[in-house]
Amino acid sequence: MKDELTQDQRSANLKGMGSSRKRVEDVRFTQGKGRYVDDIKLDGMLFGDFVRSPYAHARVTSINTEAAMAIPGVVAVLTAKDLEPLGLHWMPTLAGDKQMVLADGKVLFQGQEVAYVIANDRYAAADGVEAVEVEYEELPVIVNPFEALKSNVVLREDLEGQTEGAHGPRKHHNHIFTWEQGDKEGTEKVLEEADVVAEEMVYYHRTHPCPLETCGCVASMDKVTGKLTLYGTFQAPHAIRTVVSLISGIAEHNIRVVSPDIGGGFGNKVGAYAGYVCSVVASIVTGKPVKWVEDRMENLMTTAFARDYWMQGKIAATKEGKITGLWCHTTADHGGFDACADPTKFPAGFMNICTGSYDIPTAYLAVDGVYTNKAPGGVSYRCSFRVTEAAYFIERMIEVLAIELNMDAAELRRINFIKSDQFPYQSALGWEYDSGDYHRAWDQALNAVGYKELREEQAQRIEDFKAGKTRKLIGIGLTHFTEIVGAGPVKNCDILGLGMFDSCEIRIHPTGSAIARLGTISQGQGHATTFAQIIASEIGLPADDITLEEGDTDTAPYGLGTYGSRSTPVAGAATAMAARKIRAKAQMIAAYLLEVHDDDVEWDVDRFSVKGAPERFKTMKEIAFAAYNQAIPGLEPGLEAVSYYDPPNMTYPFGAYICVMEIDVDTGEHEIRSFYALDDCGTRINPMIIDGQVHGGCTEGYAIAMGQEIAYDEMGNCKSATLMDFFLPTAWETPTYTTDFAVTPSPHHPIGAKGVGESPNVGSVPCFSNAVHDAFRPFGLVQSHMPHDHWRIWKIAKDLGLHS
Amino acid sequence: MIPAGFEYHRPADIASALSLLQTHGDEARVIAGGHSLIPMMKLRMADLSHLIDLQDIDGLKGITIAEDIVSIGAMTTQNELITNDELSRRIPILREAALLIADPQVRYVGTVGGNVANGDPGNDMPGLMQCLGAVYTLEGPDGSRAVAARDFYEAAYFTAREDEEILTQITIPVPSMSGYAYEKQKRKIGDYATAAAAVMVGGGNASVAMTNLSDTPIYSAEASDALAKGDVDGCVAAALDAIDPQEDMRGPIAFKKHVAEVILRRAIAKAQERAA
Ligand SMILES: Cc1cc2nc3c(=O)[nH]c(=O)nc-3n(C[C@H](O)[C@H](O)[C@H](O)COP(=O)(O)OP(=O)(O)OC[C@H]3O[C@@H](n4cnc5c(N)ncnc54)[C@H](O)[C@@H]3O)c2cc1C
Repeated sequence: MKDELTQDQRSANLKGMGSSRKRVEDVRFTQGKGRYVDDIKLDGMLFGDFVRSPYAHARVTSINTEAAMAIPGVVAVLTAKDLEPLGLHWMPTLAGDKQMVLADGKVLFQGQEVAYVIANDRYAAADGVEAVEVEYEELPVIVNPFEALKSNVVLREDLEGQTEGAHGPRKHHNHIFTWEQGDKEGTEKVLEEADVVAEEMVYYHRTHPCPLETCGCVASMDKVTGKLTLYGTFQAPHAIRTVVSLISGIAEHNIRVVSPDIGGGFGNKVGAYAGYVCSVVASIVTGKPVKWVEDRMENLMTTAFARDYWMQGKIAATKEGKITGLWCHTTADHGGFDACADPTKFPAGFMNICTGSYDIPTAYLAVDGVYTNKAPGGVSYRCSFRVTEAAYFIERMIEVLAIELNMDAAELRRINFIKSDQFPYQSALGWEYDSGDYHRAWDQALNAVGYKELREEQAQRIEDFKAGKTRKLIGIGLTHFTEIVGAGPVKNCDILGLGMFDSCEIRIHPTGSAIARLGTISQGQGHATTFAQIIASEIGLPADDITLEEGDTDTAPYGLGTYGSRSTPVAGAATAMAARKIRAKAQMIAAYLLEVHDDDVEWDVDRFSVKGAPERFKTMKEIAFAAYNQAIPGLEPGLEAVSYYDPPNMTYPFGAYICVMEIDVDTGEHEIRSFYALDDCGTRINPMIIDGQVHGGCTEGYAIAMGQEIAYDEMGNCKSATLMDFFLPTAWETPTYTTDFAVTPSPHHPIGAKGVGESPNVGSVPCFSNAVHDAFRPFGLVQSHMPHDHWRIWKIAKDLGLHS
Repeated sequence: MIPAGFEYHRPADIASALSLLQTHGDEARVIAGGHSLIPMMKLRMADLSHLIDLQDIDGLKGITIAEDIVSIGAMTTQNELITNDELSRRIPILREAALLIADPQVRYVGTVGGNVANGDPGNDMPGLMQCLGAVYTLEGPDGSRAVAARDFYEAAYFTAREDEEILTQITIPVPSMSGYAYEKQKRKIGDYATAAAAVMVGGGNASVAMTNLSDTPIYSAEASDALAKGDVDGCVAAALDAIDPQEDMRGPIAFKKHVAEVILRRAIAKAQERAA
């Protein structure tokens, strides 16, 4: 049989890896046909809504639910007293702490859940919330972590006298943990002996992932079958099932967790929230399905914030600019409960990636976690466990050092990059970087933007400014970031004891199409598009013929979910491995059909052909049919496989970003003239999706750097709980990006892919921030905290005397 | 973010609307585009049991342009200010300002009457109307009366309008001044002003008003007089003297004063350039 198509044509028809295949999800998303949690309507469904504390710190002296119960449609009101007999008035957090589900005697942050009203509809529930009478006795409020460590005020009375926490000794009643990495004495010695030491406090302010869809769930307890179905906005549905089972005592096989379409997660939907627990209890109590969906203000005020790291840094170097040591002490504001979502052994996440892209021989990191009267959370907003904080820290410290050395910051980076022949590279803080070629990426980036010419233009602008010809400055922001994603090896990565492997199960249908199910869950990343491409390339069936399913724990294999850019590094690897198992069986079937020995056939895009006789072949489609319908001696019928993948290491994507910004010294306004983003995420599965991820992540990074923040006043009132004050850029503000790439495959990943979803957020924040700093560097600015909104930029200019 | 229950009324003429207002007293509110009122209801900051929708009252809509006067019905949308070419030719500052309000979705529904009646110091139209010397027609149980925009605003959300009155029309004398500018600094699309300035200048006359820098819009006769004489510094000094900005997420007071000056100077420069 002769095939008219060339190998290249057959390969293109698969739309496998490397193809900019259009996103299969977008047909439903762009037509408003997605199915989100709030679209789920079950018969007899009730609605839950929270009474929340107006105070940041107060004793709850009484709760009167009588008036609420009298409102037509209100079915029940739950308080901590009702949950206590079930042991559910507190719940464990992902960080080994515990958190009140409903206020148990006191509240620790504004917006904390105090009572849960269950009603026939949303309106009655909201009226019920209004009618619950709560009496509070205000307590002194602490919103500053440094003050918290000095204050006599005990925030967590439940922990009083406990000198040992989940992560070691507690030094003070408002202290949570100290986490130390690296060589303290060695680093101190290097600092003492160094030619040059630059020191700075780098604050990465509190912000919020703010997904378009807020958090919510529908809990449905079927009292006849004893089965609980929980639909929710979960980034880790399988882990939620296990946790619900452990907390509630319901056997795991009697719990089905479903994550339907999710409208963005960015870390906000990793944690367990009071709304989930209360809805489950409410459904058990009432025997009816109960829906809870938070509104925008509740989302911004109470469900997981991000960042809030005060990073004191010292960086040592020779006169020539070779970095000799890095020291960092971080004060981490965790709010009222430690509900950070990090692997158990990493209470400050992967903050110890803070040596960045640089070959720094000696380093030391200490992180102190602190309680304050702010909302709990501390999730990784589009980043792998505090990598954004780490990247911001080192990329600011490099700039600060460049000022100290009076050196060009691009050159300083070049001098200190880990060299391509140093990989695998052991960092001073304990990581093994898998692969990279930083010098090549850096040169490619500097050339692409015309770095030299930009610096000349900037110098001219400074002269014009000094001569009174213009009131606008130019800032050139540089960043070279290294990420650490794909958590992670089960030997050192677990969450609440659950190992961080992931999984894929592939089932080929007799006619040569397929369904694959994964332990992850897409929240907009396009898994149904890209994972089908991996399978297409591995087993030679068109991506268009492969259905992807995730998020239903009754059908999908167990996995730890999607966050920390782990889907491609971990579940993507599992997908390739499962596909390879299928191909191995297919090879035996092909050999049998072609009447040759297994070793005498070879893989050719979408078929096995006889070695040396390519005209004799069996396509994957033919093999699939035979697998089910032909008796093959020694082989079971069927064609399916499952793989659980425990990654041998993390992956280390990296990138070089350059931003050119114009700044109006008088109004503090800015304009992003250009933003160049080079990403090296190893093997590229779908370049179009990568571009989309980079655009989205950079836009979030832009928001964070230039205006987005969760701000509190001294009373602990959240000042930015609406989208009027919480900056979410519209298309109008969003900069235009130029994307570029390099490819350094991961040596340990089956297809060499590293993950890209979070790189742009990690890389762009320091890039935008460095551009602001760079604009004012000639006038003496060393460090100024984000967000760089209008008034803060105005303040920089004012403090530098540029307004007179 | 769910409002409390309320009765919804949709009268077809002014008389019925007025009688509903009279019957229900301060329990009732009229609703125009709802883009200020509905958020307040959702936050349960506006407490009302009767909502009187004005959208079926034909007489409240439309723009009439006469020789030297323009009349705008209260229910005219902000978008209609932008798309009416004749209006833009006669009073171009209206389009310039309207384009800086919120975003297209809000402007398609939000009305001019709602914007000026609301009393939120963040609204852009009140300062603009003061700058233009507009007059509001208020219809009440005892008939109608006219109140100048410059006399209308008393404090945040407090205006000269009585609870039982409806603002039906805005009349604007077509300005003799050919120089105009509306300048606004904001943090993003859809944001209220950090500072905004409306300036008209030309033929020895001038008019200056500012937005979101006090608990009411600020028209300054002194600043206007100074600018009429060509004294820019005097104008700016007088305007800055009249404002009283508050600290919020947009920034501290000193910043707002600074931006007010920058924005005002820019508006003046642009208006003077256009007048020339
Ligand atoms: C996201 C967003 C951004 C915005 N940004 C801006 C901005 O930049 N600049 C700006 O100026 N505005 C802005 N607005 C407000 C918007 O312009 C509103 O449309 C306007 O303030 C009110 O007009 P409305 O027709 O929607 O009035 P409504 O919300 O219906 O009413 C507002 C108030 O005025 C009263 N009222 C309305 N009409 C009458 C009448 N004829 N007689 C008596 N009382 C009446 C109502 O009872 C109510 O108290 C924004 C709104 C949103 C939602």
